[in-house]
Amino acid sequence: MSEFLAMGGYGAFVWPSYGLTAVIMVVLLIASLRGLKTTEAMFERLKAETGPIHDHSNVDNNNKTTAENADAHEA
Amino acid sequence: MHRFANPTRFLKLAAIIQPWVAGITLGLFAIGLYMAFFTAPPDYQQGESVRIMYVHVPSAWMGMFCYAAMAVASAVALVWKHPLADVAGKATAPVGAAFTFLALATGSLWGKPMWGTWWVWDARLTSMLILLFLYIGYMALQGAFDDRARGARASAILALVGVVNLPIIKFSVDWWNTLHQPASVIKMDGPSIHPDMLWPLLIMAVAFKTYYVWILLVRIRQELTANKVRILRLKQVHGG
Repeated sequence: MSEFLAMGGYGAFVWPSYGLTAVIMVVLLIASLRGLKTTEAMFERLKAETGPIHDHSNVDNNNKTTAENADAHEA
Repeated sequence: MHRFANPTRFLKLAAIIQPWVAGITLGLFAIGLYMAFFTAPPDYQQGESVRIMYVHVPSAWMGMFCYAAMAVASAVALVWKHPLADVAGKATAPVGAAFTFLALATGSLWGKPMWGTWWVWDARLTSMLILLFLYIGYMALQGAFDDRARGARASAILALVGVVNLPIIKFSVDWWNTLHQPASVIKMDGPSIHPDMLWPLLIMAVAFKTYYVWILLVRIRQELTANKVRILRLKQVHGG
């Protein structure tokens, strides 16, 4: 085991390389996932707050909620 | 293809694909790391330090790949004004910057025992540092304007101008004298590296790529949802 960790005398260079790679990739992943969760929660909250307000700009969309119109707007 | 370029459809599709990409990424990392440490032999010259290659080389490849992806997205955004292209470029930049930084940092950790120095100002290392600065410039420009569209446009132009750096990075080891070793995998007459080292390297490279796809899906979903939040806020302000 200690022989494995020593990496033939290069342990001080091999392990920091892998450690740094792991830390940066995990941090970027967690930050991205949390960003998505926060934004989705904000969207759901706004959608609930805004409620079924009619968008008069489009007759066909009259029974859709504003949030659905936000979807439609993007499409 | 155009069907899936529709943001609403993309959001639905991305949510379905994402867990699969996550699972594939984790599986590939498990296999790749096992091979990198247990089946790959030490190098006859570099000893065990060669294991740094399995994170250093995929990082460097992805640093360049992400830049190319960002440049293509920028071109599509500038020419066709496609909403998803802007978002894809913006979502790629932090991933590419992270990979480029990792290539530089792990290269430094590999260079110290092999070359006897953490850093040299030669063509390969300097052009990779410039790549990192291009990413940072791109991200800074995104947020530098009150008008989001102007920020997107300015950064897209920077991304396109910076493409000239990619061939310089690739061929720097052939064009100039350098401590950095020349290409041993991506070259005209095939890889000159033993299969016992090539396989773990390729599996790690694919793992890095699927990791990028995973992050890209998450960040694009976040950006598209943020756009919808902005639309809702505007509607609230204007009273619906």
